[in-house]
Amino acid sequence: MDSWRKNPVVFWALNLPPTIWLVVFFIIPLGLIWVISFGEKRGVVDIEITWTLDNYLRALDPLYLGIFWKSIWMAFLATVVCLIVGYPVAFAIAFAPSRWKPLLLLGLMVPFWINILIRTYALIAVFRTRGYVNFTLEWLWEKAHAALTLIGIDPTWLLGARFDPLQLLYNNFAVNLGIVYAFFPFMVLPLYANIEKLDRTYMEASLDLGAGHWRTFISVVLPLTWHGALSGIIIVFIPALGAFFIPDLLGGTDSQLIGNVIERQFKSANDWPFGAALSFLLMYATFGALALRSLIAGRKQGLEI
Amino acid sequence: MSGEAVDTGLSPAPVAAADRPGTRLNRRRRQRLPIGPLEYTRHWWLRLIVAVTFALLYAPILTLIAFSFNNSRRNIVWRGFTFKYYEKAWHNDSLIDAFTNSLTIALINTVIATVLGVLVAIFLWRFRFPGKPVYEGFMALPIVIPEICMGVAMMAFFARIGWPRDLPWPLSLSSITIAHVAFSFPFVAVIVRARLVGFNRELEEAAYDLGAGQWQAMRDIVLPYLRPGIIAGALIAFTLSLDDFVITFFTAGPETITLPVKIFSMVRFSVTPEVNAASTVLILITIVATVLAMRMQTPSRSEGGG
Repeated sequence: MDSWRKNPVVFWALNLPPTIWLVVFFIIPLGLIWVISFGEKRGVVDIEITWTLDNYLRALDPLYLGIFWKSIWMAFLATVVCLIVGYPVAFAIAFAPSRWKPLLLLGLMVPFWINILIRTYALIAVFRTRGYVNFTLEWLWEKAHAALTLIGIDPTWLLGARFDPLQLLYNNFAVNLGIVYAFFPFMVLPLYANIEKLDRTYMEASLDLGAGHWRTFISVVLPLTWHGALSGIIIVFIPALGAFFIPDLLGGTDSQLIGNVIERQFKSANDWPFGAALSFLLMYATFGALALRSLIAGRKQGLEI
Repeated sequence: MSGEAVDTGLSPAPVAAADRPGTRLNRRRRQRLPIGPLEYTRHWWLRLIVAVTFALLYAPILTLIAFSFNNSRRNIVWRGFTFKYYEKAWHNDSLIDAFTNSLTIALINTVIATVLGVLVAIFLWRFRFPGKPVYEGFMALPIVIPEICMGVAMMAFFARIGWPRDLPWPLSLSSITIAHVAFSFPFVAVIVRARLVGFNRELEEAAYDLGAGQWQAMRDIVLPYLRPGIIAGALIAFTLSLDDFVITFFTAGPETITLPVKIFSMVRFSVTPEVNAASTVLILITIVATVLAMRMQTPSRSEGGG
């Protein structure tokens, strides 16, 4: 690596175009939002920058605080589900016979490439009241109904007179499912990368010394692959926190997350200062999560990446 | 599950046998062998978890694609194969406009983002300078911050500086394109930088020794070496732009709608097979572009070591 002084012309020629682009079309817009978040709304488009903290104080209103907590809770829940399902799947791919491995990996990555919006839309057709999940349940219900009649028990007492489709969409369950579905591959890929790197002789040693599979997983595999899990947690949690079209498409009236509130301030309510304050709070939460990650990762030092 | 702790010394043999693309005899022998300690994929419960996960991952997407060919407007049960909805989507002017916008933005974005990304990658690889970690942190910002924050920032920015809204067609897409470049070129930089890690600087020095100047060494040595990385980065920039919904949603005006934004408004309004057809086309394009990008990233056999 050369010092930049050795070749200032090349240095600036390479440096300036991307730096200017980043500053003008990214840093300045963010700075603008930051400044607006201390402004007051005057009329439809006028915003006066008065350096007031009112917008941030308004976010402490129980209503918005509740939405904030709900967003964090939903993102947390989705992350936990992804982690619990992700570990065995990543494990299976890492330990699969070599001719299956590329196929399984590809199979995991293809949904990852498909537009998240489209995948969210795809969930609607499967989970609506006249969708496949309910059709399957109805079919099972009919079979159970027939079986009970056959053995002479009155099915209406146990199963009801007719099948009621489950309301699987437009509630918090659907939003959580949508988030898990959207971000699941983000969890498995870093996990897989870490499990693949794991020195398997440690596991063999643990099994040799009499530990069971579960014990080996808890005290050998988990501590050694925790870094991958941490990366996975971060890259699921952050987008889940800011998701706005998933609750919009799959959620009900009470499934508003912080992303929806921000979107409303900018698109329909036209209260930019408040929306700006909320987006900055969201960014601070993101940075908090990233800082927490490097804190935890730093303590377990000695293992890189 | 018994006896695993005992025969670890034997375990490499069955694994090796399992790895070989087995003859029938081989496979039958493997079935009879006890499950080795680390042969987790031979446990039925793990197989079940993987199978169920993949089924859940794919069922909605496959249903969506299948229903784009379904000859039924309400799209609840299968009523026979048809291309009708692709035809309808093709004749839907606003859908085609959105698609044209998407492709135009993605292509312009690819060119600019690739150039900028390559510049960043070469420059971070080549130079050390004070404040480099901070600089790298800022470069990573567009990758890590929530998309919605960037979306509203771009929206406020273009409104505040009074970016003209009523420009003639290709120029009317400029604000979206600028926003796309801002979030996609750091991704290109990451990919190209990964390729640069394997570059042998002695090759460049040899070029200097043979009388090449800075630019000639860059053009004849570094860039050809980087080519697979550059193409992969360009394809990623293309898909990121084509796929982006959140940031476009905030920067797009009523006249400059892209395909994902159009799909979003169609989905919100009502669920029709035309949406499925449009989605299927988008899925196809992104998958093809990404597979090509992956091919570029994996080192080719002919290259031999680099």
